[in-house]
Amino acid sequence: MTNPISDLERAGCILVIGSNTTVGHPIIALRIKKAVRQHGAKLIVANPKYIDLCEEADVWLQNRSGTDVALLNGIAWVILNEGLWDQAYVDERTEGFAEWRAAVEKYTPDVVQDITGVEPDTLRAAARLYARPPFGNSAIAYTLGITLHRTGTDNVFAVANLAMLTGNIGVEGGGVNPLRGHNNVQGACDMGCLPNVFTGYQPVANAEARAKFEAAWGAPLPEAPGLTESEIMAAVHEGRIRAMYIMGENPAVSDADANHVRQALENLDFLVVQDIFLSETAQMADVVLPGASFAEKDGTFTSTERRVQRVRQAIPPVGSSRADWQIVAEVASRTLEKLGRPVAGFAFSHPSEIMAEIATLTPSYGGISFERLESGGLHWPCPDAGHPGTPRLHIGRFTRGRGRFTPVRHIPPAEMPDAEYPLFLNTGRLLYHFHTGTLTRRVKGLTQIAPEARVEINPRDAERLEIAQGETVHVASRRGQVFVKAELTDRTPPGSVFMSFHFAEVLTNALTSPALDPVAKAPELKVCAVRVEKVEKEIANASSR
Amino acid sequence: MPTITVDGQGVEARPGQTVLQAALAANIYIPNLCYAEDLAPYGACRLCIVEIDGMRGLPAACSTIATEGMVVRTETPALMQARRMTMELLLSDHPDNCLVCRKNQRCELQRMAAYLGISERRLPRLERPTAFDESNPFFDRDLEKCILCGRCVRACDEVTQVNAIDYIYRGFATKIGAFLDQPLADSRCVSCGECLASCPTGALVEKSYYGLPDREVLTVCTYCGSGCSLYLQMRGDKIVGVRGDPANDASEGHLCVKGRFGYDFANHPDRLTAPLIRKNGALEPASWDEALDLVASKLAEHKGAFAGLASAKCTNEENYLLQKFTRAVMETNNIDHCARR
Repeated sequence: MTNPISDLERAGCILVIGSNTTVGHPIIALRIKKAVRQHGAKLIVANPKYIDLCEEADVWLQNRSGTDVALLNGIAWVILNEGLWDQAYVDERTEGFAEWRAAVEKYTPDVVQDITGVEPDTLRAAARLYARPPFGNSAIAYTLGITLHRTGTDNVFAVANLAMLTGNIGVEGGGVNPLRGHNNVQGACDMGCLPNVFTGYQPVANAEARAKFEAAWGAPLPEAPGLTESEIMAAVHEGRIRAMYIMGENPAVSDADANHVRQALENLDFLVVQDIFLSETAQMADVVLPGASFAEKDGTFTSTERRVQRVRQAIPPVGSSRADWQIVAEVASRTLEKLGRPVAGFAFSHPSEIMAEIATLTPSYGGISFERLESGGLHWPCPDAGHPGTPRLHIGRFTRGRGRFTPVRHIPPAEMPDAEYPLFLNTGRLLYHFHTGTLTRRVKGLTQIAPEARVEINPRDAERLEIAQGETVHVASRRGQVFVKAELTDRTPPGSVFMSFHFAEVLTNALTSPALDPVAKAPELKVCAVRVEKVEKEIANASSR
Repeated sequence: MPTITVDGQGVEARPGQTVLQAALAANIYIPNLCYAEDLAPYGACRLCIVEIDGMRGLPAACSTIATEGMVVRTETPALMQARRMTMELLLSDHPDNCLVCRKNQRCELQRMAAYLGISERRLPRLERPTAFDESNPFFDRDLEKCILCGRCVRACDEVTQVNAIDYIYRGFATKIGAFLDQPLADSRCVSCGECLASCPTGALVEKSYYGLPDREVLTVCTYCGSGCSLYLQMRGDKIVGVRGDPANDASEGHLCVKGRFGYDFANHPDRLTAPLIRKNGALEPASWDEALDLVASKLAEHKGAFAGLASAKCTNEENYLLQKFTRAVMETNNIDHCARR
């Protein structure tokens, strides 16, 4: 997030796009609702589904799945057309405006209606609210509904363009605010668990950065960026990768086109999985190393607002399990020994020593230490020990200098409904479970409330398909199939069905599309085409095939 | 900033602050039950009554804005008498089986009765019809112990804005309930437990109550990326409760259903407690030494054809080490994690 979570309560208007916030980020949703009800902020929700936040919204933009660029360009078109943009901000702080404006010209409200299904008047109402909030600035909050498309990067550009057009970046109560899904997904990125960057987003291809890390780590480092998770799975299929180390992840359930991923993992010569449970991925491993839960170790997590906070040990690791940092350090030292190299660089007696090393190598974490975190979290960038942290980014000037407008155009999802697979499948989370359910399905009360997977289907589609509430149905895509109970709800629009991916026995990701965003390499998990039918019908069809 | 005098002491109040808030901030205690820091003033319990020069009657400190020059007395014989009477009335329809109540020693009503020196039941006990709701998997409701302070209703309105519950019926029959007096499980309730956290009595209690914790550990929730900090309430090696951290300005002490109740997994019998090695097709328990040695030899053989996946659930320090290992030891940049899904 460019702005802290608390800033949502300072916003005059909040645009929530591609986020079912009360489900994915319930506590952030509280702030949004409080902004609306107690401070009089305006709320715009853009989502194909009728989500809880729609109850609070002044405008609901029900755009079709995979049409966010067109929608956001359309909002920008109205703002430009009605002269509601912040010309001084654009002139002083940005670049590339003219070229971008030319690209937006063709997204008239009528064109946008054809693509998105949103009425021109609704689009105009949203644009006016966002550009002219009743007070203060306008914030945008989004999550994976924006990024998990093959146009995910374009979607983010479109969000940023809109925020720059209206002078909403680098200001209190404004910003571009991705709400990140995991407790430490921000931290894992910050720590360089990405194939192209070291810690703090220092590029591996940059000779200076590499030289710094080579000197600190005492080893030559590869220059070529590595592979992303999807590319890794493809490389395993091709035999280019023969061994993997998977720490605390469950790609056999979480990844797009999961059957393909499972075949890849089976093809490996050697798979090590480090986890606290025997997850579906761990069941395929050659060696399973028992890690420790968050309650059993010291360390830090970095939240979606770039705030680094202390995680504290409350209990010793269960059984003979060990803290994950101890396991990785031990594996590293022993591997160095087997390779005949000097065993150095992994002898730590406490995570605070690891953070000290991170701080020396990472400018944005330079001032972060366990000692300082004792008195509360710190927002990076926090370059030195005296720096108070940076809750808001881009104040006065953008980190890169000028904010760059990037022209983006509407590109439809890789797979659109057709005669054979006539429905969109949208995937996401439920309030009562988390990710692949490894943790939450072991919490009795949560499984009591949400015991099993459902496919949400609009009653109109259900009627046409003769599907009753609670009936087990067959859902198939070009890649896989599942049997799952139907939940009839008009929250899901006609022509579209919704499934969570929390229940491994109903492998939703067997259905999803492996189409990738060409830049971020994120899979298009939010849209693919499926067929839903009664089980009898599928059996009859199968026997006649 | 208005300056007021409380029991002879000068107190600075923030503009808009109530007499109760200003006094509490200056460490001057005024008894209260229906007041909660994160909720709007309500004035239901009448325990925070004070005397203020120039004002008639005994105004409630929680709903009186502090204004310049106010002279406030918090404890006089008249106030104590009125408060005791109020408390006796509150207790007149409240059970007194405190020893077997799940809120024992954590009950604000109990503490308040003690503070006010209640030592006998002078009023005849009024029996309220018992009304249990055990439909929620995380907490139970026993309306016999409810004092109608409305903190749960207000938490569900002002904090969560779910509005699953409200006052229903009238007069002595008034109680807290969901729409059409349905069980909570059939209502709009999202089980976040903000009502439970705000209830001052035994009317709302955890379903699986183990006993009082022996310590609290401040840490961060392990679910989504909002970074809500919380106190794990510990008894030995067991997590017996969870409390939001009001000092965290992202979450302001609030928690969702997973953040408050989602920790059974930590001590779950399915936890892996020893390394496993695949032998003849099956995963079998092994010693750390054997497992680590096998991993190191196999990985050493596969240098150059290796990839690591780090974890959005693990700590920064752990993720840092895995990418350092991948780059510096395995000599590849094939390191990623689930940021893209």
